[in-house]
Amino acid sequence: MTVTVNGKPMELPEGLSIEDLLARLKVRREFTAVALNREVAQRARYAETRLSDGDKIEIVHPMGGG
Amino acid sequence: MYDTSLWLGGKEFKSRLIVGTGKYPSFENMREAIEASGAEIVTVAVRRVSLPGQGESLLDFVDPKKYTLLPNTAGCYTADEAVRTCYLAREAGLGTLVKLEVIGDSRTLFPDVIGLLEATRTLSREGFTVLPYTNDDPVMAKKLEDAGAAAVMPLGAPIGSGLGIRNPYNIKLILEAVTVPVIVDAGVGTASDAAIAMELGCDGVLMNTAIASAKDPVAMATAMRLAVEAGRLAFKAGRIGKKLYATASSPLEGVPEWTS
Repeated sequence: MTVTVNGKPMELPEGLSIEDLLARLKVRREFTAVALNREVAQRARYAETRLSDGDKIEIVHPMGGG
Repeated sequence: MYDTSLWLGGKEFKSRLIVGTGKYPSFENMREAIEASGAEIVTVAVRRVSLPGQGESLLDFVDPKKYTLLPNTAGCYTADEAVRTCYLAREAGLGTLVKLEVIGDSRTLFPDVIGLLEATRTLSREGFTVLPYTNDDPVMAKKLEDAGAAAVMPLGAPIGSGLGIRNPYNIKLILEAVTVPVIVDAGVGTASDAAIAMELGCDGVLMNTAIASAKDPVAMATAMRLAVEAGRLAFKAGRIGKKLYATASSPLEGVPEWTS
């Protein structure tokens, strides 16, 4: 399946969860949040939230700003 | 001297200077400058992580246990984007104190006050402590307060412009119009600008570029800390009125005569 992660299309195995994706991309967890198709994903439900073909994922964290 | 603290969302702050974390030459320099500024509240942007992850993180240099983080919605052009960004920030563990920006124009970065008002209403209802970045317009400031804003943050001049407080009279009118804290956000170029904002009676000043892009950010952060304190003290002390002609400081009686 193809999932767009932070604007880039990625080829990923079927049935991958948000938890799996974050581990695969080696994303630091603290102060990180995920949006799945414009909705904020609940941290506590990362493991059970499965991704589907065509999903759009945003993974964000704090950066320098004013 | 006796002074009250700045209260935002039920939290007490001794420092009336809020600083940003953007545009510093290095994370290390930023850490030192923030320390020198004495600020207790530090703004951050919410942005995509670089992939694969594991790089250095801003929060390795700004201890979230020591500072109150103030996520912003910079780069959002609609109320919907701004609201979603705040939800993301909350889920990321950045708290519910937010600097709300809804930008209306990319060249001036002036706020879209219609979207701003809508987002302020939504987020306040959802339990966020909303600090909206707004125009120096007393009418809008009042509307934002009525919509639930915990403070109003009028611009002194465009973001990053360093033009100072362009319309001090409007800032004064905003201070009369609302009861929530007024924090000048954007436009400060140097220490005197910060002092002017505080002398007008503002409750705080928020700045980023003036410190981060100075030749020596740590020295400028120190200057800003002193300017905010000096301006606040001068405001509390009560300045003299302005007069067109001189008023002698020395007694007019008892001047010796030298005529022969």
